[in-house]
Amino acid sequence: MSVVQDLPTPGGARGMRTRASAFGGRHRSLSITLGMALVAAVLPVLAGVPPFSSFQPQAAWIDGFTNAGVFVLLALGLNIVVGVAGLLDLGYAAFFAIGSYAYAYAASPFGNQILGINVQAALGDAAGLVFWPMLAIGALVAALFGVLLGAPTLRLRGDYLAIVTLGFGEIVPIVFLNSDAVTNGTNGIGGIYRPYLPGFGAYSATNPWPYYITTVAVVTLVLILCYRLVESRIGRAWEAIREDELAAAANGINTVTTKLLAFALGASTAGIAGVLNTAKLTVVSPDQFTFVISFTVLAMVVLGGMGNFWGVAVGAFVIYTINNVVLKSLNQFFQSVGVPILKDIDFLQLQFLLYGLALVAMMLLRPEGLFPNSRRTRELHADVVPVEEDAEGEAAAGGAAGGAGEGGR
Amino acid sequence: MSDRPNILEAVRVTRRFGGLVAVNEVDFTIPEGSIVSLIGPNGAGKTTFFNVLLGIIDPTSGSVQFAGRRMIARPRRAGLESLVWVLPSIAVVLVGLALAAAGILGGAGIALAAVVAIGLLVATLLLAIVRPLWYQAFLVRLGIFRSARPNDMVQAGMGRTFQNIRLFKNMTAVENVLIGMHSRMHASPLDAFFSTRRGRREEAASDRRAQELLALVGLRGIGNELAKNLPYGDQRRLEIARALASSPRLLLLDEPAAGMNPKETLDLMKLISRLRADLGLTVLLIEHDMKVVMGISDRVTVLDAGRKIAEGTPEQVRSDPRVIEAYLGKPAA
Amino acid sequence: MTAPATSAEAPPARSLSGPAAQLAVQLALVAAVLAGAFAVLGPEQFINALTLGSIYALIAIGYTMVYGIIELINFAHGDVFMVGTFVSLALLGTLGFTAAVHDPLLLVVLLAGDFLVTMILLGVVGVVIERTAYRPLRTAPRLAPLITAIGVSFILQNLVQGVPPYFGYGPYATNAPQIFPTDAFLRVGGTNVPVLSLLILAVALGLMITLQLFVGRTRIGRSMRSTALDRDAAALMGVNINRTIAITFFIGSALAGAAGVTYGLQYGVTRFDLGFQAGLKAFTAAVLGGIGNTIGAALGGFIIGFIEVGAAAMGQARWGPAIVFGALVVVLVFRPAGLLGQQVGERA
Repeated sequence: MSVVQDLPTPGGARGMRTRASAFGGRHRSLSITLGMALVAAVLPVLAGVPPFSSFQPQAAWIDGFTNAGVFVLLALGLNIVVGVAGLLDLGYAAFFAIGSYAYAYAASPFGNQILGINVQAALGDAAGLVFWPMLAIGALVAALFGVLLGAPTLRLRGDYLAIVTLGFGEIVPIVFLNSDAVTNGTNGIGGIYRPYLPGFGAYSATNPWPYYITTVAVVTLVLILCYRLVESRIGRAWEAIREDELAAAANGINTVTTKLLAFALGASTAGIAGVLNTAKLTVVSPDQFTFVISFTVLAMVVLGGMGNFWGVAVGAFVIYTINNVVLKSLNQFFQSVGVPILKDIDFLQLQFLLYGLALVAMMLLRPEGLFPNSRRTRELHADVVPVEEDAEGEAAAGGAAGGAGEGGR
Repeated sequence: MSDRPNILEAVRVTRRFGGLVAVNEVDFTIPEGSIVSLIGPNGAGKTTFFNVLLGIIDPTSGSVQFAGRRMIARPRRAGLESLVWVLPSIAVVLVGLALAAAGILGGAGIALAAVVAIGLLVATLLLAIVRPLWYQAFLVRLGIFRSARPNDMVQAGMGRTFQNIRLFKNMTAVENVLIGMHSRMHASPLDAFFSTRRGRREEAASDRRAQELLALVGLRGIGNELAKNLPYGDQRRLEIARALASSPRLLLLDEPAAGMNPKETLDLMKLISRLRADLGLTVLLIEHDMKVVMGISDRVTVLDAGRKIAEGTPEQVRSDPRVIEAYLGKPAA
Repeated sequence: MTAPATSAEAPPARSLSGPAAQLAVQLALVAAVLAGAFAVLGPEQFINALTLGSIYALIAIGYTMVYGIIELINFAHGDVFMVGTFVSLALLGTLGFTAAVHDPLLLVVLLAGDFLVTMILLGVVGVVIERTAYRPLRTAPRLAPLITAIGVSFILQNLVQGVPPYFGYGPYATNAPQIFPTDAFLRVGGTNVPVLSLLILAVALGLMITLQLFVGRTRIGRSMRSTALDRDAAALMGVNINRTIAITFFIGSALAGAAGVTYGLQYGVTRFDLGFQAGLKAFTAAVLGGIGNTIGAALGGFIIGFIEVGAAAMGQARWGPAIVFGALVVVLVFRPAGLLGQQVGERA
């Protein structure tokens, strides 16, 4: 399977690389677990040494990594929809919101009252236990809404789907905002229980480690599932639809069901991310789910390299860290280093400018993303000219040259 | 030939595009186990007719029966189908509201009704997408008819190739064949998630069968090549292997010999004959190469300007004055 | 891309109704929608809706044109409109006009100058954006320019917001000078019709008609249409693709600039994040009407104006956006190419 060649493998020697990727192909789940464990162990160490330790204390780094993990989850889910199945979803934050509110209803006094249950009375101090089943239930609820949105709209052509999802992404926060009686409107739902696991450290605002480990575990699991999925019959069908929808249908693939499945699975991943995020924030409100979230996640997928799960995960991590850690600590950094003019500028006010510039610059430099899926790249370049078989090479060459050769065509 | 049952019957199929009548009242049957050809000058409506047969475009009028079932016809009251999706949910909401108004249901009851309504909506929408047979029968009872979609036709046993090869170019040859096998595989996402024995077995078996199919069309050992890197003739063969992967009863080949050299064409003819002999396939062929058409067809149908102008054995068609006229123009009087 | 198999043998034939008849049908549909809205909303709200709708329509045209020619959802377009509101207010503010101007001659000169300068400036902004952020990515994966569009959107917002003591307008609402008297009314059949609304409507309609004529009758318009149909074929026929696309961006952005001026005149206030919501609704309008169709964009803009004003009139303004998108979904489910779009007779 070609996904093997997309795995960034350690080691420079070619022989070692092929051996490593062969190992990765045979023991995919094991290698993902080992890789994630390695990354999860190295990150805290890096955060504790200069220059990183001069940005912020280690605990703050760990906390940031955890938040980044939530975005990695979101990016993995959106990658199924956009990267693998080729459906443009611009309202992905809606499913994040639905997962978040699902957990809020199950694990807060306010939410319980609306649902007519009482978790606290039943479980007492262990009310946080609901977190674990809610990971699955949140995924299911989000998937349900994914189906609800996708079923009538997935017959539409790609860009129409984009606008409908964009609209959905706007409607969902509006509904949460305006249905005061059941959502507490602008203020949102607070007092949400933190997760609880007997025999595991206490989840708290001051101790970032339990959340960190939980997030790493969930990301690992989702990564494994993603890989298993794309290498199955369903993943093949997604790729076929992305390459040529008519040919896929003419070969027996029910394109609508298959696309709907991608949509639902993507949504369910966002649901999981929502549950995790809300369990950490302990408060949920409509303003957390603006279009900026949807766009940022989309940018993570595109920049990471569409279709390539490892690339997308790394892309998500890099963008989150740039946007939320590096840009935010530039002030502190320049002041502590004492750079003449820069130390007087308030970079917080320019955060979106820098973020926007970073997006444009990264896209112009690497249109295929940081870690392109080799297959996907070729295909997207081939898209540019509506080619028949013999024009293929020319299209690929034109793509590599960027826009330079465009004027002559 | 006439003693064999027809696997496909098209009755007065017409397709218009604006003012142009691409296919005009064409009656067409294919006896099980035969090789039937459809010929005609460029623009005669052959590919349009093919697309109607596979459910890619709807006919303007007429119908197609395949494997004993009426599959394709002009949609009737298709707009009403959306009512079928929403009416049950609306009914539940109304009942809930009515009960609440009567004081029978409290707030929790209304919430329950809402949840049931949403659930019903999702269920009916899913039903409309999967379209099981009983659902289609139910719609027909309501007077709603929609043609089968291409994937339904494949499921029912029709496979096809395209005039301008439409392989999944960036996938390997084996993967292309596996896509063709998709409709005959059963692994669910859960099988993939848990890497179940059932899923792995099916995957391994499919892989073996894909290799066999590649060998059958003469592409042994190129399974891991990307489709687009294959030579032209091999791409045509690969497309046939992919169509065969869905275990069709009827194979539609759209100009399979186009662009082939004489040697490749000869191999292709042998392959088509062998498919019928070994797999018992019925074949419908669109072809311009008269050597192929006359060499392997049991029956030839000629289209011109959307109309069927001749039908019969290759010999009959070859000597039909209308066919000669269609291809060569009216002889100067 | 679902049609090639059929179009190979059956080129889309001359439709039964000619372009003139088609135009008449579309205009009739617009008239019907307007009449219905008039009946539902009553004269005063109808005028409000029409004003808002024409602003959306002006923005929507930019989306439709850009999408039509390079299939890009230009997310920065709403922000171009927002920049338009600020350029206009900066212009008037610099000249020292902050309140209504009652000298008719001066007013006409000011308005003409404001529109002209803002439109040209914004047109240039649009061309610069296209040149730097989109053109280099024309052969890149399809989503790449979408991401740069989002990036440009962030940049424009942040530039306008700026760092207040030094430059920019900060994150708060800024007053736009309403130089056109808002208390001037024309009495029509028992209703007070604000002259400003008539002006906005006239500007919008004038620009749309000019655009239609420009695209339909001129050489540049022809190259735009041919580029939209088939870029490669157009290039082979000697159309300068780069220039054509740049002109498209210029026109679309200039229209957004005009919308920005009218917005400032009508509502007297603007903010750095005005563009996203407005752009979203305008794009919805373009899709609702049938993307690639100017009359469709106008129709979609008016419909959205009606929905929003209607919701506000019923005291439910906060549900306005939800209703707008709900309507969009319903329309697309039943007419997948929008109200006036070319319906593709294809199932796949």
